[in-house]
Amino acid sequence: MARTLLINGKVHRVNLPDEVPLLWVLRDELGLTGTKYGCGVAACGACTVHMNGEAVRSCQVALGDVSGAVVTIEGLGSPDNLAVLQQAWADHQVAQCGYCQSGQIMQAADLLARTADPTDDEIDDAMSGNLCRCGTYPRIRAAIHDAAARMKAEA
Amino acid sequence: MAGRIRKIARRSFLIGSVAVAGGVAFGVYKFRETPPNPLAPTDGAIPLNPFVVITRDGVTIITPKAEMGQGVQSTWAALAAEELDVDWEDITILHGPPAQAYFNSALFGEAVPGLAYKVGPTGAAIRDLAGGGAKLLNLQLTGGSTSTRDGYEKMRMAGATARETLKLVAARRLGVGFGELSTASGEVIARDGRRIPYADLAEEAAQIEPPEIELRDPSQWRYLGRTMPRLDMIPKVTGTARYAVDVRLPGMKFATVRMNPRRTGMFSYDASAALAMEGVEKVIDLGGGIAVVARNTWIAIQAAEAVDIVWEGPVYPETTEALNALALTAFDRSANSTPRDEGDVDKPQDGIEIAAEYEAPWLAHTTMEPMSSAALFSDGKLTLWSGTQAPILARDRTAEAIGIAPEDVELIVPYLGGGYGRRSVADFSILAARVAAAMPDVPVSVTWSREEDMRNDFYRPAAWGRFRGVVLDGQAVLLDGKIASTSLIGDSSPPADPDDWQMGDRELVAGAWDQPYGIPNYRVSGYTARTGMAVGYWRSVGASYNGFFFDTFIDELAFAAQRDPLQFRLEMARREHEPSAAAIEAVAEMSGWGKALPERTALGIGFTYSFGAAVAQVVQVSQRDRGISIDKVWIAADVGRALDPGNLEAQLSGGAIFGLSAAVSGKITFRDGIAEQQNFWDNDALRMQSAPATEVRVLETAYRISGVGEVAVPPAAPALGNALFRLTGQRARRLPFGDTFNLLV
Repeated sequence: MARTLLINGKVHRVNLPDEVPLLWVLRDELGLTGTKYGCGVAACGACTVHMNGEAVRSCQVALGDVSGAVVTIEGLGSPDNLAVLQQAWADHQVAQCGYCQSGQIMQAADLLARTADPTDDEIDDAMSGNLCRCGTYPRIRAAIHDAAARMKAEA
Repeated sequence: MAGRIRKIARRSFLIGSVAVAGGVAFGVYKFRETPPNPLAPTDGAIPLNPFVVITRDGVTIITPKAEMGQGVQSTWAALAAEELDVDWEDITILHGPPAQAYFNSALFGEAVPGLAYKVGPTGAAIRDLAGGGAKLLNLQLTGGSTSTRDGYEKMRMAGATARETLKLVAARRLGVGFGELSTASGEVIARDGRRIPYADLAEEAAQIEPPEIELRDPSQWRYLGRTMPRLDMIPKVTGTARYAVDVRLPGMKFATVRMNPRRTGMFSYDASAALAMEGVEKVIDLGGGIAVVARNTWIAIQAAEAVDIVWEGPVYPETTEALNALALTAFDRSANSTPRDEGDVDKPQDGIEIAAEYEAPWLAHTTMEPMSSAALFSDGKLTLWSGTQAPILARDRTAEAIGIAPEDVELIVPYLGGGYGRRSVADFSILAARVAAAMPDVPVSVTWSREEDMRNDFYRPAAWGRFRGVVLDGQAVLLDGKIASTSLIGDSSPPADPDDWQMGDRELVAGAWDQPYGIPNYRVSGYTARTGMAVGYWRSVGASYNGFFFDTFIDELAFAAQRDPLQFRLEMARREHEPSAAAIEAVAEMSGWGKALPERTALGIGFTYSFGAAVAQVVQVSQRDRGISIDKVWIAADVGRALDPGNLEAQLSGGAIFGLSAAVSGKITFRDGIAEQQNFWDNDALRMQSAPATEVRVLETAYRISGVGEVAVPPAAPALGNALFRLTGQRARRLPFGDTFNLLV
């Protein structure tokens, strides 16, 4: 059946079986390829997006269960208008292969929305579901602390 | 590209220029010391492979290297830009098509016999010339930590030649002397202040002979030696970087493959259940498996798993135990190579003799982006988007597989979502091409499931080390190492040229025979097993296991000699190779080696010389209530010359974490001839909470420049294992350590 989705502030209509995961609706139906497929079983976090303001693994959210606004990495900021977190990521030159970074950033955004100034332990807890094979974790940690400080200064 | 190539002779290669639409291209067109390319016409249009292209639209720097996270495209761009005098933000980079002249000369320079750490200026020149051999193998390969060395001169030469040629045109146009001109920010500037943008000079530049040039002294560098913002960073933090898996075209279909996980054929298959699923369009018989084409990738993956397939059995033993037993029979035969045999290890030596055996498991690559390619077959021609580390190989094998000529393949190499050696194999490119060939005029995206990626990998082979040594008066006087592993040179792994068997044998012992230690009786032998398992290059290749075997044994010798393990290594390195000694000294200082440590905390040192770089690491572990934590790793690496310190730090830190991931939990086991591990839940890597903090120091004492994509991997496992020994009193001789030690993950 046809469903209406609100993604990055834009309304989309899709006509697909209800069990198709949101990840593949985004990537293959809507061409929003910034959200990545890494495992399909919520074991790597590469597909993390926000639904109703909360980080979810889009490979585990069936189309029929999507409710409320969805925000993907494309909706967080753009090359000409970086979100604070993306700017911190760029300043710390975090990405190597870069494939996991959309998910890392979306997960970190969720963390900072809940915990303005996270400790290292809180970062560990929030980010433990996001795998990075290139091993960029030390820079991810530094970028999160930096973004938290900038957001605080702006607040 | 058209017109005659105008050339200047330089070193082992020739830089030329050629007219292109609206401008000029500068690049390598020929290597001087190699036979002429039989495929190239001898007059008229000689192929030139450009590195710098200047047109009315601006400056494009072509970086024919796979960007898989190592930052190579930014470093290559900086090399050309340094001489060209263009502003960083005005540079456009392009991967470029597969081409012989983009071959990796540094890779084959390393195949010259002899100890790399002993190479001086003359030896280095010989190695660089020997690199011409790579051309014969069509080897445009990104791997072996060779890109920096490969591009170090070529890219600067291309940039300098372009700059000086543009100045010649400007001198003529302005009617001033050549010496009165300077360049900056993409413009030629006269003493009187008149400026001409490069874009306005480009077309005329193609008409004149490029002048002889000299490279700038490093003291004049503005980009090189500094941390530059990576050119791929903004795309990668905004989700706009395009990987092969992201290619989207109008009318595109989505497919996946399910190939025999035992690497043979199918007896039969029944696709009726799959074809009945909503959104499934087609099931393609690929001989050794099937492809499902569907409306989206998820439906394709579900349907592929629903196909009932009766697979043929494997050509290799079906269980890990049987496979490993077969590999170990290599020790029963005579050695296939003994690249180092100093002194006489068979002569009895006074002192304390020890022996130890080590084991490293099979490993998967598990790049974050599963294998994927997009393809369109139309009018007998193929357009292929593939994140390959070996473009010429991928192009040629793909063409062969679908029965077209290589020149009818247009290969586009987007960003790679990790490579680690996996993407040097052409299999995923070929399968995508075969799917596309079965659906002419329909663009198709072929994405493997994670499970398919893990069970159809080309694994890092399991390996075994048997070491014997003698210490006397606190010194190692004898080391005899024997290593067995599956040969990497077979049907599956490039280079597939049979002449390269030597390279396979060399890799089998790399990281053990070539260590910069003065030990009077020092022999290392390799025993090549042929198990039939699909194997491939895995980040740091032979050194990925030999670094662990060799350095752990050195640590055991130090213990037997009742010496401090760091001082023990340092003394041996001082006798043989100063840059290695410097790296060990640096890591000692960084880690506070020898100072008092908190309770239940220990340090371990690891050292490996690989790919031309000496890398020393110290790992700190601590016993917590729930298990052992890997707290920190200090890394000191000698790279000869640091082109981008920030990127070096990232590569060395990431490489150590990659090596530690494998050391903690990495393994592939087999049952019924199929890899038992399926996804990240049973084949994981370090995560935010388990990855150590890292601290890096880059040294510049070695004579030659080296790359760093791999070099931090080999010393990570021994450093951790040696720390675990200090903490627990138990020697870590078998990887992964998580099977023996209670490590926090």
